Amino acid sequence: MSELSAAGKAVSPEGDTIWTERVSLGSRIPRWLAMVVLLFVFLGLWQLVTSAGIVSPLILPTPTSTIADLGFVGRGLLSGNYMVAAFWVTTQEVIWGFVLALTIGVTLGVIVGETSLGERAVMPYIVAIDTMPKLAFAPLFVAWLGFGISSKVALAAFISVFPIVVGTAAGLHAADENARMLFKSIGASRLQTLVMLKIPTGLPQFFTGLKIAAISVVSGAIAGEFLGGGRGFGELIRVAAAQLDTPRVFSLIIYLSLLGLLMFGIVSWMQYKFVFWHRPGTNANGKAAR
Amino acid sequence: MPSATQTAGSDSRPTPIYELTGVSKYYAAGDVVALEGVDLTIRKGEFHSVIGSSGCGKSTLLKIMAGLTPPSKGRVMLAGTPVMGARPDIGMMFQQATLFPWRTTLENILLPIEVREGKAAAASARPRANALLELVGLKGFDQSYPSQLSGGMAQRAAICRMLVTEPEMLLLDEPFSALDEITRDFMNMELQRVCAERNATAFLVTHSISEAVILSDIVHVMSARPGRVVRTVEIDLPRPRTLDMVTLPQFGQYVTTIRNLLDKGAFL
Repeated sequence: MSELSAAGKAVSPEGDTIWTERVSLGSRIPRWLAMVVLLFVFLGLWQLVTSAGIVSPLILPTPTSTIADLGFVGRGLLSGNYMVAAFWVTTQEVIWGFVLALTIGVTLGVIVGETSLGERAVMPYIVAIDTMPKLAFAPLFVAWLGFGISSKVALAAFISVFPIVVGTAAGLHAADENARMLFKSIGASRLQTLVMLKIPTGLPQFFTGLKIAAISVVSGAIAGEFLGGGRGFGELIRVAAAQLDTPRVFSLIIYLSLLGLLMFGIVSWMQYKFVFWHRPGTNANGKAAR
Repeated sequence: MPSATQTAGSDSRPTPIYELTGVSKYYAAGDVVALEGVDLTIRKGEFHSVIGSSGCGKSTLLKIMAGLTPPSKGRVMLAGTPVMGARPDIGMMFQQATLFPWRTTLENILLPIEVREGKAAAASARPRANALLELVGLKGFDQSYPSQLSGGMAQRAAICRMLVTEPEMLLLDEPFSALDEITRDFMNMELQRVCAERNATAFLVTHSISEAVILSDIVHVMSARPGRVVRTVEIDLPRPRTLDMVTLPQFGQYVTTIRNLLDKGAFL
């Protein structure tokens, strides 16, 4: 039983019914504590499974060896050895891929969201391409752009462009009938309606697409490195995996996730800054949700 | 505003502002008749209402009057010129306040001026906007965001936005129907006060009989399929109207008359 009543039903001596809301045990534990406890439970189970020999360390490293390797890679990154160079290569791929996806995504999104021709003629093709397994294009990008950074940038951008297109187009459609009628009634031009109504209204949806893109752009860059070589972190992971150095693979992935986290954090911060009237955790009216 | 009760053509009547002649609207290549031959004359300072069940075309009529959609047939004249598109001498209000959450209340009110005349004109109209805020009892809320306003306060801000361009004609599309009844009664009295203070001419779309009677000089009763004005009822109650007037036998007679007309319309 996870739900214990904090205070049950009782009847006071006066005969009034005293009745309090049941508060589940889970909701009374602070969030950070629950997260920490879960992490240690997970690490404990992991350690148990690996050190008891149930799973070979070649398949799954022990948490301790992973943590030790995290320290090793971390020192490597701080001392500025080849790992920094590799990390920087991947970071560049991610940044350029994101910038490219943003540019193309917003352009296509505005064409699709703002022009009826774009919506009717361009959108079906975007949906069709979006349904394709995009990673399958990786060899093509390598063939077109070579083994350098540009083929990875292209794949990263290709994978992350669609949520931006969809987010932008959906955002531009988000303004309701009343708001459109109001702008029409005050004689607003199409450009004024776009800039003063449709763009601000659509910002929350745009940023939702941007957040998805910020995460998938890292996957795109790494997939590009797996399939097309290069000198990034993806290549380090591939080499470590080939050498059955699983602790290294794990620690590299954890450092890579920091890159994704950073991208996501930057986008979230921008959303918080620019969409001040629609912040996560508050409802549409801007009042606190709880 | 007793002018509405006088005979047509008399010189003492104020000049007509709005004149609609034979306005019709068809959809789906003429298969659906939304409006059929609506004739309407609104004179300076009068308050008109149009009432009818949903789907009788009253919102379509309002959109045509506002120049938001063209009529299929007929003529719409405002202040001597035909209405063809949005007009600066028309102020509109909708069921929703439609304030934009990224703008402060003051910026929302100045929106029509910013759109029509630019940011500089909007900045110089700030004193006027603040005076309007004071008129509707929202003094001190100019820098608040719409999320900080209640439903009634938001509609009051929408009144200010409608009035800031000093329009000749106010078009109101069920402006308070999303509010609770207590707030709504209060807002109706506010609307009357604001209209009287500025000698405004207004046209209200509503589906509340008592709201139409308490506010209007003239009530147009519409029937659906095809949407047409079946009868025009002149409301001869003294101004200013008060909420107590709903208990007058005269008020009850007007309500009964209009209700009977609406019931008949439903079976046409």
